[in-house]
Amino acid sequence: MFVQEVYNWGRYPRQYAEVVPVRDLETLSEKLSSSQPWLARGMGRSYGDTALSSQILDMLPLKHFLRFDEQTGELEALAGATLDDVLKVFVPKGWFLPVTPGTKYVSLGGALAADVHGKNHHSEGSFSKHVRSFSLLTEKGELLEVSPENVDMFQSTAGGMGLTGIIVKLVLRLKPIETSYIRQESFKARNLDEIFALFEATQYATYSVAWINCLSQGQALGRSILMTGEHAFSDQVRGLKKTLLASHSNPKLVMPVDLPEVALNPFSIKAFNLLYYHKQIADKSTSIVHYDPFFYPLDSILHWNRMYGKRGFTQYQFVIPQEAGLPTMRSILQKIAQSGQGSFLAVLKAFGEQNDLISFPMKGYTLALDFAISDQLFPLLDRLDEMVLDAGGRLYLAKDVRMSADLFHKSYTRSAEWIEILKGLNPNCTFRSVQSDRLKITPW
Amino acid sequence: MKQKTLLILGARSEVAQSIAELFGRNGFDVLLAARNADKLSSLVADLQIRTGGNFQSVEFDLLHTQGHLDFYNALPARPDVVVCVVGLLGNQQEAEQDYGHARLIIESNFSGVVSILHVVAADFEKRRAGHILAIGSVAGDRGRQSNYVYGAAKAGLATFLSGLRNRLHNSKVKVSTIKPGFIRTRMTEGMKLPPFITAEPIEVAKAVYMAYVDQKNVVYVLWPWRYIMLIIKSIPEFIFKKLKL
Repeated sequence: MFVQEVYNWGRYPRQYAEVVPVRDLETLSEKLSSSQPWLARGMGRSYGDTALSSQILDMLPLKHFLRFDEQTGELEALAGATLDDVLKVFVPKGWFLPVTPGTKYVSLGGALAADVHGKNHHSEGSFSKHVRSFSLLTEKGELLEVSPENVDMFQSTAGGMGLTGIIVKLVLRLKPIETSYIRQESFKARNLDEIFALFEATQYATYSVAWINCLSQGQALGRSILMTGEHAFSDQVRGLKKTLLASHSNPKLVMPVDLPEVALNPFSIKAFNLLYYHKQIADKSTSIVHYDPFFYPLDSILHWNRMYGKRGFTQYQFVIPQEAGLPTMRSILQKIAQSGQGSFLAVLKAFGEQNDLISFPMKGYTLALDFAISDQLFPLLDRLDEMVLDAGGRLYLAKDVRMSADLFHKSYTRSAEWIEILKGLNPNCTFRSVQSDRLKITPW
Repeated sequence: MKQKTLLILGARSEVAQSIAELFGRNGFDVLLAARNADKLSSLVADLQIRTGGNFQSVEFDLLHTQGHLDFYNALPARPDVVVCVVGLLGNQQEAEQDYGHARLIIESNFSGVVSILHVVAADFEKRRAGHILAIGSVAGDRGRQSNYVYGAAKAGLATFLSGLRNRLHNSKVKVSTIKPGFIRTRMTEGMKLPPFITAEPIEVAKAVYMAYVDQKNVVYVLWPWRYIMLIIKSIPEFIFKKLKL
């Protein structure tokens, strides 16, 4: 146990916390009986304050794989195992993650607690849809086996940000693959109408995501590139690549220092975005790419979060329902473009049906944008909040660092129901975070 | 060809687990020896899933020296390679005030190892084959006020291994001393370690495996340590004794 400065991927905010590495269940039970507040934490790849607390249980040492069924692809693993681990071990055996976010440096427990989504949300749902069961250690020290049939407990934990208890292990169903390659198609979209039409036209693709230039205005508003992908079959790869089932290697590039904040003025962002857009000359192109650059383009640069300067950054990610779609997205993008605070990286994605208790996704469109922390930023985000709320949308808790408690309770329409379940599982408020206090979820 | 067997003494450490995984990937059957071996079941499952190799845990208490011969004779297979990863950093201040703690450090790093490695050595000598690798420490290269009880035990270990290497040379048995420097593990958790001279457990495992393959005598895991310790060793004692190290 020791006190250290803790922060998550956005490097904002930071705070000193007592961090206890969890190596066995005994450590957990002992800490829980101390009648102090605790929060389980994994890789710290959430962006804001959701994995911050003054007392943290570091779950990463609990990382063993316990059982793997070669017939069904069911993997039982301790919660501290990472997606990176899973890929390295199981890709060569012909299995892939059923759902993966844009980084592989995430623990399984964290992936369930945030109920992460990936480029296949529209076709295969969020992470929790592929979890067969998990073990939850509650405030009373009980170890509960929870499956999707235990609706309340399952749904309040998936996306529940660690507030129901500690996810100790879980059973995940992996996806069979013939190769570790993706058949990728890229499409150019000149504006927002075109990109929405492209999402519609490619709705049967397994994976799809768009990179959008947030600084282009007027006719070019919403200028973007849509990428779709399918797992490549062996006959599509044979002869092109040496090994059909090659896992990834460790990153070779490191962002060594904090970039100065001037590196992020609108001009440099424009240059970056243009470069990205013109990488591709034809309107449509097809290629066979490894899963690593397809799913994790930014993982290849270790500590890329340093490029936003010393003050850190936040990622603003919202979802709006499909009905609100195009007009709301247009006004939000206009607002961002006018502000000139636009992000290096903006990702647009269509979500499929999902209507869980506290999970973020819903049928509609999600946009994620990075912003360097600055004095002008929060007023802009407050304006965006209003537009998102009016459209019936909400913000992703795993990225959030500043929304108001009021916005949370209004936009997560089943929050009251969720909090009632939390009170039953976590009556003394043992599990709480800086975020849960800020959003007035805790204490009760 | 007969499957080779590796015995790891002190299998609970992260370094030991990395060594087990690396040797397992390279075709060894691995016996994981530690106290409370039943608690290693998740580790055994994990290593099996990761590597597809054979792993088995066996109960072993370094400090119970009377039991070492029985432990060795009861192993499910004769080992071809033995890696000794046992060790206890302990607390220097406590060791100064409480001989019980000092003795525990000495037994955990030195006398317990003498006992078990002599059992192993006798068997290897008879079979005229085998390789013993033990994790020493740069702390044993010179006594410093911050950890000299631990350092003295590791110095004893280094001298013991050097003598053992000399004794077993004609029996074709190899003995390697591995000196890691700082390692990022639970032993050093919370300490501020300089990154360029701090090894990850996997780097130590690779050094152990290469020492086995290349039949090395003494190996520094990270090369700067050889020179750092060369300098530290060459400081005259009348100056050294005044330093805060």
